[in-house]
Order: sequence, then structure tokens, then C-alpha cells
Amino acid sequence: MENIVILAPVILSFFILVMPSGMRYFYTLGVTFFIILLTSAPAAGVLFHPAGVPQTFIAGGFLGTITFTLDSLGAFFILIVNFTVLTGLLYSNGYLRSYRSTKTPAQFALHYFSYTWLHLSMLCVLMLRDGTAFLISWELMAVSSFMLILFEAEKRTTLKTSVNYLIQMHVGLVLLIIAFLLVEADTGQFGFDGLPIYFSHHPNTPIFFLFFAGFAIKAGFIPFHTWLPEAHPAAPSHVSGVMSGVMIKMGIFGIVRVLTFVQSDAYLIGIIIMIIATLTGLYGIMMAIVQTDLKKLLAYSTIENIGIIGMGIGLGTIGLGLNQPALTILGFGGGLFHVLNHSLFKSLLFYCAGSVYKATHTRNIEQLGGLIHKMPRTAGLFLFGSAAICALPPLNGFISEILIYYGLFAGLQATSVFQTMSMLMSILALALIGGLALFGFSKAFGLTFLGTSRSEIYIGENVVGPGMLFPKLLIASIILLVGLAPMLFLSPLMGMIGAQFHVNPEPVVVSLIYALSKISLVGIILIILIIALLSLRKLVIKPEKVVYGSTWGCGYTAGTARQQYTASSFSANFAELADPILHSETEYRQIHEEEIFPEKRSFTFRPTDIFRSGISKIIDFSMLSLKKIARLQTGNIQHYILYAFIFILIIFTLLYLKIL
Amino acid sequence: MGLLLVIVTALFFPGIILRIKSIASGRKGPGILQPWKNIWVLLHKGSVISTTTSYIFRIAPVVYLATIFCAILLLPFPGMPSLLGFNGDFVLFAYVLALGKFMFILGALDTGSSFEGMGANREALYSMLAEPAFFILFGTLALLTGHTSMQQIFESFQFAGHNSFIIGFIAVYLLVQIAMIENSRMPVDDPKTHLELTMIHEVMILDHSGFDLALIQIGTALKFAMYGLLIANFLVPVDAEQLIVNGEHLIMNSEKGIVKNVGEGWMVVMQVGVYFIVQIVFAALIGLMESFRARKKLVRNPQFIVTLSSIALVAFILVLLITFKMIR
Repeated sequence: MENIVILAPVILSFFILVMPSGMRYFYTLGVTFFIILLTSAPAAGVLFHPAGVPQTFIAGGFLGTITFTLDSLGAFFILIVNFTVLTGLLYSNGYLRSYRSTKTPAQFALHYFSYTWLHLSMLCVLMLRDGTAFLISWELMAVSSFMLILFEAEKRTTLKTSVNYLIQMHVGLVLLIIAFLLVEADTGQFGFDGLPIYFSHHPNTPIFFLFFAGFAIKAGFIPFHTWLPEAHPAAPSHVSGVMSGVMIKMGIFGIVRVLTFVQSDAYLIGIIIMIIATLTGLYGIMMAIVQTDLKKLLAYSTIENIGIIGMGIGLGTIGLGLNQPALTILGFGGGLFHVLNHSLFKSLLFYCAGSVYKATHTRNIEQLGGLIHKMPRTAGLFLFGSAAICALPPLNGFISEILIYYGLFAGLQATSVFQTMSMLMSILALALIGGLALFGFSKAFGLTFLGTSRSEIYIGENVVGPGMLFPKLLIASIILLVGLAPMLFLSPLMGMIGAQFHVNPEPVVVSLIYALSKISLVGIILIILIIALLSLRKLVIKPEKVVYGSTWGCGYTAGTARQQYTASSFSANFAELADPILHSETEYRQIHEEEIFPEKRSFTFRPTDIFRSGISKIIDFSMLSLKKIARLQTGNIQHYILYAFIFILIIFTLLYLKIL
Repeated sequence: MGLLLVIVTALFFPGIILRIKSIASGRKGPGILQPWKNIWVLLHKGSVISTTTSYIFRIAPVVYLATIFCAILLLPFPGMPSLLGFNGDFVLFAYVLALGKFMFILGALDTGSSFEGMGANREALYSMLAEPAFFILFGTLALLTGHTSMQQIFESFQFAGHNSFIIGFIAVYLLVQIAMIENSRMPVDDPKTHLELTMIHEVMILDHSGFDLALIQIGTALKFAMYGLLIANFLVPVDAEQLIVNGEHLIMNSEKGIVKNVGEGWMVVMQVGVYFIVQIVFAALIGLMESFRARKKLVRNPQFIVTLSSIALVAFILVLLITFKMIR
């Protein structure tokens, strides 16, 4: 019976390929619902069960048996994955409608098929403990997301980006294989089950960081992030939302999973994760600020949020090393809670950016502006998401950040100067990240949606239908719910962390309940105050006394939309301050004194990613050397026979000399 | 109680600054309540709204004022149990204010004016740079006192021994400077400048008029008084048996425990009195600083603001030295 239930989604997914075009979306939706019901029910059972006993399902077949193990950590991620995949699918119907004229039904079929497989492979990653099965689903995840990015393959950059993505994912895969093999060589077990044995009598740090590097490529920690800001903008928006919202979190899941087995050196590991994560957060948001491509900005902000999650995880690991349960609970709690929160607001923001792209056919902020008049609901939702991602109360981002702040302030009271200083530096970094995020998202929202349009853009009526708005509203309401009633979500999470890391969460949870209730109270007071003041405003301002006119232009009345502040000018003073790190390029010819009638000139601002140029240098070098080897490939049959002959000769000689 | 006192102070605060500035420049100056008379007029006036703007422009001043109210609610008043205090409440304090700032910046961007875009950009940059100074300062205080709620920090701070005197001095200096930056006052911004190109706060409200402008001005007055209360928390004594020389000099009694209950009747009167003295001195100080100090070049501003963070770092290292000496 279990066999059939587990195999059913796989078999059902293949029918997506042969469905008639009209039915395909609804069939995919049905399959997705089925998968979600199938996995969410046991996941919720495990997560909300006080003891958190793992459940196992065994699927047998002619190729052998696979064991699915559903524990509380996996269950937590499964619920997040299911929700985001569902909203992405709901959104995709409206979003992909405009592609119906340009794409063939076969391409749509492949797209929905890959989408379902991305979902399935993520769920498998979360439930498989065996190395081979885990790596196969890890690979399936990379391939299916690769197919999804490829949707607009007719664009050259998309093709290049997705191949780049596939290559980098495989570098990660190789690192994971090596790590698993090293564990197997010692313990004889290929998979996560071998880890506790390995960690018990070997130094933990090297093998952990091998795993960390493999997973970090997926998660997007610097310097492994370079695929991310390219791949997210290239993909269709619902795919970017799912990739950024949940797929990269599989990397986080992997890191946390390995951390649950770590037995020594936790302090050192924690400090190193903390440093990498802090740099990731700062670099990510700094790069986000200078971007002019809306989706690229969101992609870099994803890197920033991975940094915040990493800070939480690093803090939790330090807590493990120091045997301070409060740090472990608050660190992992904040980090993993941010995984949930980020999956919510980042998918919301990507869906909104997708609606903007659909309406205007551009992602360049320099050309946008004033969209709030044409798309007021999308604008409102983007604002909501921006406020949440900037960790502004009373929304959800604030809750996870304050948990990390709690942990950092608790860590301040240490006996070692080094620890106190590193905690303070992290507090400093987190505060700075908060300020920078505010800067970046006031730019993203303000310049895209406010003011007037910076170029001639035609926006049709009703581009964003109710079908596209519904999933966004769903996410927004959950964001508000998490912000106002965080304990609802936090208490199972805390229980899970307690069970996974063998600490007692009770004392921390008790003090958190008090603080979080106060935060909710302030949030409610804030909302009531805003509503009261708004109604007062409505009462006091009499419509006949309001005059409408143009914006004050300091006496200059011929102002045009081109005179508005642009995205580059908004970030110019910051880019100048951060130039030692960012190295942005500007192209502009100064006006000479002799030039009485200045010619027409242009200004270009190009943000560059130093890590990306570093990696492309390595790639260029290897390409060049590989090209030299490629000269052997002449296409001449005689040459190939010669190679074969030389090869046989070498083998023969080696055998003769008894070397082989 | 705190909210009430802040509102009362806010009534006089902008007037005192104006009066001091007038006196310093040799004029008689308007009455203390003149700024509020202006606000009263504004509340009844009609408004001119730009056709470029959207609903963001209309809700921005409302959210701005609401966040300031909430922030004030979070602050404790010396010697009294705070209503909303909890561990780490200063994080909420900073982020609630950030929400108001975020909406305020967006309200300015909503007009599509290049000047207001410029102001919005500067506001965002400076408040981003000032954020770390505030957090390091509270990190320092948390390390010194071992508490993370503002109420407990301020109460135990006064009993932390002789060492807290120097930290208190640095903290008050930093808070005065942060208040100046957050309210867009002198070394960073000049409220009286006439050139839009060099404005920050004033340029952002160019298009606001009538009721909306009044809300912003009320917000600004409250924000000043709010920072005054924050500073007063360092200076107003909490223990009845403490000897007050004046608002700034306290004789420490480190053997005393932390007083949690509200003091005797005359104690409250004395505390409120000291609170008002602190607020008046703070307002006078701002007036004097604005009269005798020139605004910095705009390109120098980031440097100035980052300096505050480094001063806070120095304070932190100082505390580190103090506390580790105490352990050994």
C-alpha cells in the first residue's frame, strides 16, 4: 500500500506531458495538491507532536528499497516548501498566459512537468537519509530547476546563465559526493547515518566545511553566490519566487542537518559560519542597493537574507560549542524562523516583480516609475513585502531578526573578550544590514512604483488579474499573521530545535512569550493608531478645501519625468562610500570648458560583482587551456586512429614495464 | 505617564529652541508656543496635493506620527514601571522609528520631484549610518548592566558604580548627536536653509501642506521630546535616598539594590522636576549649538556620522575593560 502511495505522484506527474493544453494547468494543480496533502499531513503530525518522533516510510521495488525518514527538521521545511510551491503554481497560470502565443504546448508541458519534479525532488531531499538516494534527488532538483530557468531559452543570456547555473550546481554536487565518500571510507555507510560515527572519532571541522561548501553553493553564501543574481532574473517570476523562497533553503537544510551530527569543534565551526554569514549579509545588501534591474536587486537581497539566516545558524552553533542552550535555541530559532519568513516575503516580492515585468516588459528600474497609478494593488503588496523584508514591525521579518538580536545580546555576557567582540561585531553588522535594507528597498519601491514613468511604457488594462493577486494576498495575510501572532509558529519550531540539538527550549520559550506578546501589542497599537489618524484625517480635510496641482519644482514649471531622481542617482552617494568594496563602473565624459555647446552625451552606471569577475577569470583561464587541448579534435579519422594507436602503445609499454 | 510628559514637553520644545536661537542672534523672538500656534493654523488650512502623488503620500505622515507615538510608549519614565517594556525593547524602539522613516522617505519619493528624491536619498543614507551607533551604545549598556530592557538598563545603570559616570557622559553625548541627526538638525542638516539643494528634512516636505504638514511638525516636536526623555533616563535619579546636586551630577550608591516601586509623593515631583530641567537644558543646548555651529558640508556628513559609531565602540571597549577588571 505504501508503495503505491509513494509512487503515485511520480506516475501522475508523467501524465502532465500528455494532457491537452486546456487541462494541463488544472491537472498539474491537482497533482500538486495531491502531493501537498500526502506530505503535509504527516509533516504536521511530526512537527506538532510533542515528542517529535520521526516517521519512516519504506518503498520497495525491483531496484531495491528506499527509506523515507520524516523527522521534525524535515517536516518544518516540507511545510514551507509546500506552501511556496502552491502559491507559485497558482501565480504561474496568470503569469504564463501571455506566453501562450509564443510558446508551444510542448514547452508548457515540459515547464509544468519540471515544476512538479522540482517540488518532488525537494521533498525527497528533505526525507532521504541514504547518500545515493539523497544525491540523486539533489541532482534532480538541479536539473529540474535548470529546465525551469530555460523557459525563455530563445534569449541568449538566459541560455548562458542557465548553463552556468548547471555547472556551478555540479561543482557543489562533486563536493558533496567527495564528502559522503570520505565518510563512507571510514564508516562504511554512504549517507547521513554514517556522519555521527565519523564525527565521533575524527576532527569535525574539515569534513563539515566540505559539506558546508557543497551546500553553500546552493544556498548562495559568498563567495559561492555568483550563479544566484544571474539565474533568478533569467527565470520566469514564479520560478524565481520558488527558487529564492525555498530551493536555495535546501542548502540551509543540508547545513543544519550536518550540524545536528557535529560532536566537537562546534565553537570554531560556529565562529567561521558567523564570519562568512556576516560578510554574506553585508555584501548581498550592498550589491542589492546599486542594482538597476529589479529582479537582480531582489536576488542580491536573497543573498543578504541567507546571510541573516547564516548568522542565526552560526550563533546557534556557537551555543552548541559553549554549551549554552539559550544561544542554541535563539540562534537556530531565529535562523530557521527567518527561513520561513524569507520564503514568504521573497516569493511575494518576486511575484510582484513578475507582475511589473508582465505589464511593462522591462525590469530596469531606470525606465520604470509611477506604476502605483496603474497597478495600485501590486504596488501595495510590493510595499508590504518590502516592509517585511526590512524587518519593520509589525510584520514577520522583525520577529526573526529580534530573535537573532536576543541571541547576540545574550552572547555578549561572555567570559572571553573574543566572543564579546565578535558578538558586538555581529550586532553592528545586523544593525547595518537593517539600515541598508531600508535604503535598498526604499529605492526598489520608491523608484519603481512612485513618481512618474521615466520612459514611454504602455500598460494595458487588467494585466494583473485576480488569479495573480490571490496567491500574493494569501502570502501577505500569512506575513501579517506571523507578525502579530508569532508564537503560533514559533512554539513548534522551538520544540523541533530542542529535539534536534538535545537542549531544553522551555526557559527560553517562556521568556519569549512575554516579549513577543508585548511586540504584538505594540503592533496592534500601531495599527489602531494609524487607522484612527487616517479617519481623523478624513474627518478634518474637507474635499472642497483641497486643491490639486503639479509637484513643486522650485519655480521651474517645465519639469519632465526625466528630471526625476533615478535609480543610479539614488544609490550614487552610497556607491561612492562603498566604492572600495563594490567597484562600480561609471561611463561619463566630463564637459570641457571650451565646449560652449555641449554635445549629446550619456551616462552609464554598471555595478560589478568582484567575486563574479574572479570566477570568470578562472573560467576564462580553463577555457583557454581547454581550447588548446581541443586542437587534438581535428575531425580527421586518420588522426583518431593514430590516437588510439598511441594509447594502446602507452598501455602496452606501461604493462611491459610492470607499472600498471 | 511618560507619554503625557513627553507631550507636555513637546508643546514647549520647539518654542524654546526658537527663542534661544533668537536671543543668541540678538532678536527678541516669538513666544514659546508660537510653533504650536502655527500647527493649529495648519490643521485647519486647506491643502494643495500634487497630482503625481498616490495614496502613499497621504498615509506617510500618518504612519510617521503613529510610529513616534508607539516609540514613546516604549520608553520608560525614570522610577516608574514602564507599560510596554520587555527584554530587547530598544530593538523594537529603533525598528518602529525605522518604519516611520521608511514611509516618510516613500512619501517624499511619491511626488516625483528631483529635490525630494535627493532629500529622501540623504535621509535614508544618514539614518542607515546612524543605526549602528545606537545599537553599539545599547550593546555597551547591556554589557555593563547585564540587562536588555530599557527600564532595567537605566535603573541598574545608576547603581553600576563610579565607572558608569564616564559611560553615562558618552551615552548622553551620543544620544544628543543621534537626536540631532534623526531630527535633521544642525551639524548634518540646517532647518533654516533656503536652498533646496542642501536641504534634507525640509526638502522632503516641500509638497506637504495643511493637515499633513501639521502631522509632520507634531511628529518632529514629539521626536525631539522623545529623545529628551531617553536622555533624561540617564540623568534623573531613581532612588529616594540619592542626593541631587543638579540634573547632571549624581552621587552613586552602589550598595543599594534596584528600586522597582514608584517612589514617595515628593520623589515623583522631584523626578518630574529634574526631567523638565533636563528637557529644557537639552532644548537650550540645541538652540545654542544651532546658533554657533555651522552645518557640515554634505560630503562630510557620512564621515561625521560614522565617527559616532566609533565613539560608541570606544565606550564599548571601555566597558569591556571595566567589567573584566572587576572579574579579576
